[in-house]
Amino acid sequence: MVKMDEQKKEKIYFTIFKIATFFSVVLLGFILIYIFVKGVSVINLNFLTSMWNHQDITKGGIFPAIIGTLFLAVGVSIFSIPIGISTAIYLNEFAKDNLFNRLIKLSIRNLAGVPSIVYGLFGLAFFVLLLKFGTSLLAASLTLGCMTLPWIITTSEEALKSVPNSFREASLALGATKIETIKMIVLPNSLGGMLTGSILGISRAMGETAPIIMVGATFFMNYLPKSAFDKFMALPYHLFILATQHSSPYSREYALGTALVLIFLVFSLNLGMFVIRYKLRSKKEW
Amino acid sequence: MVDTKIKIRDLDFFYGKKQILFNVDLDFYSNQITSLIGPSGCGKSTLLRCLNRMNDIIPGIKVNGNILYNKFNLYKEENSVVEIRKKIGMVFQKPNPFPMSIFNNVSYGLRVQGEKDKEKIKKIVRESLEKADLYDEVKNRLNSSAFSLSGGQQQRLCIARALAINPDVILLDEPCSALDPIATAKIEELLKKIKKEHTIIIVTHNMHQAKRISDYTCYLLDGKIIEFSETNELFNNPKNKLTKDYINGVFG
Ligand SMILES: Nc1ncnc2c1ncn2[C@@H]1O[C@H](COP(=O)(O)OP(=O)(O)O)[C@@H](O)[C@H]1O
Ligand SMILES: [Mg+2]
Repeated sequence: MVKMDEQKKEKIYFTIFKIATFFSVVLLGFILIYIFVKGVSVINLNFLTSMWNHQDITKGGIFPAIIGTLFLAVGVSIFSIPIGISTAIYLNEFAKDNLFNRLIKLSIRNLAGVPSIVYGLFGLAFFVLLLKFGTSLLAASLTLGCMTLPWIITTSEEALKSVPNSFREASLALGATKIETIKMIVLPNSLGGMLTGSILGISRAMGETAPIIMVGATFFMNYLPKSAFDKFMALPYHLFILATQHSSPYSREYALGTALVLIFLVFSLNLGMFVIRYKLRSKKEW
Repeated sequence: MVDTKIKIRDLDFFYGKKQILFNVDLDFYSNQITSLIGPSGCGKSTLLRCLNRMNDIIPGIKVNGNILYNKFNLYKEENSVVEIRKKIGMVFQKPNPFPMSIFNNVSYGLRVQGEKDKEKIKKIVRESLEKADLYDEVKNRLNSSAFSLSGGQQQRLCIARALAINPDVILLDEPCSALDPIATAKIEELLKKIKKEHTIIIVTHNMHQAKRISDYTCYLLDGKIIEFSETNELFNNPKNKLTKDYINGVFG
């Protein structure tokens, strides 16, 4: 009798989960198909490789926005990946487990949940105004870098935690120092996880709009940024302008075309991440 | 008369405020196998891990007293932990090979020490695997992952890995507890063989194992040495009532 009830319950739960999964997959599929069908018509070589033409958007392309977003991704990576991974190594391998350090870890986790617009405000006050970087690629990279850091630190810490302690002990017992152990055992076995986490963080930063509006993105530029102190165009902001501010009758299609390019870039990054993860998974055996 | 390799004097050990070892005095003799036996939780692993200062990695420990290794006070020289561990190797309870090839597992200690001579490394890897009675089983697949080995082979690989840096003393913490009787017998054989060149200290909760392989046995209870003597003596003619109870199975 009891058993029957359990089975019934299980079935009900399964059905609920199934419906939820089905619903989200269908929704996602619908969005993607909609963007693809509506946006693909504007995509051609000209659209991808020429400068933006603000008067007649059918003549110009989104090249500067693509380049701007790629520059931004590179800038964010240069800033946040080394610092994030080093911080995680310090926190997980060296920092004592005391109240102070636990508080720091907790704060980092909380920072990961702060809305991106708040980072934008911080970037405006700190990088743009106080450090006088101006609204620029540099300020935007640093701002998005700050936003991505907590995420990279947290996922890197998880990757380090997944290396069994027995490996560390074995290495120390063989006369290796702590640094040697980290270099020869801990890092080779966690770098993949740290990089996949980092890439995920970067690809999310690539899609951010709100913070970069405040610190350097511009909606119209007919040249490419020449230095880190130049303003830049970026796909998400461009897409926002086209969808809401532009009067051209074609702006809707061009917005969706831009969205398609952005999605493609982010998907490519994530695909790269899956390849790394798959390669490492097949090697991982503990 | 045998030489003393390690002398423990007045050793107290604490995890935070909790005292685990009480006033331990114990000698380990050169080229002998000494077993540490006692019920689970009595402090065998803790005592063993004092000998290569593995406990140092746990925060909040405190050690009082002296451990002399060849007249050298293990707990006086603050910076020599690495040197100590090169001389006093360790094999753990669960086989813990690194996620790398069999060859690279054994050569790890040499590589850490900066050894570059490939031929020398090859030679030592081979010798170490032979000493650990593993060479014949793995000679054709030195480059396969250590995880492709069985549990018993993995543990012998860990022994070979420890042997490769030629330690003077080898500490083993219940090395057979996860293994079947055949794999256990192989390890016992090899330990008896290598004691010619090394001093061996083994923690075991298996009294039969202690009887089979060790020259000396120490019975530990609640962090105190109850009795230490030659193995035959301890099992056949225990002096202490507590020892008698333990080996007769009255206890645990
Ligand atoms: N890292 C630790 N922190 C605090 N207490 C510990 C730690 N490791 C072991 N202990 C305690 O120390 C005692 C002895 O443990 P151990 O030496 O592992 O015993 P044995 O190896 O004889 O089973 C046990 O009571 C155990 O709970
Ligand atoms: Mg133990």
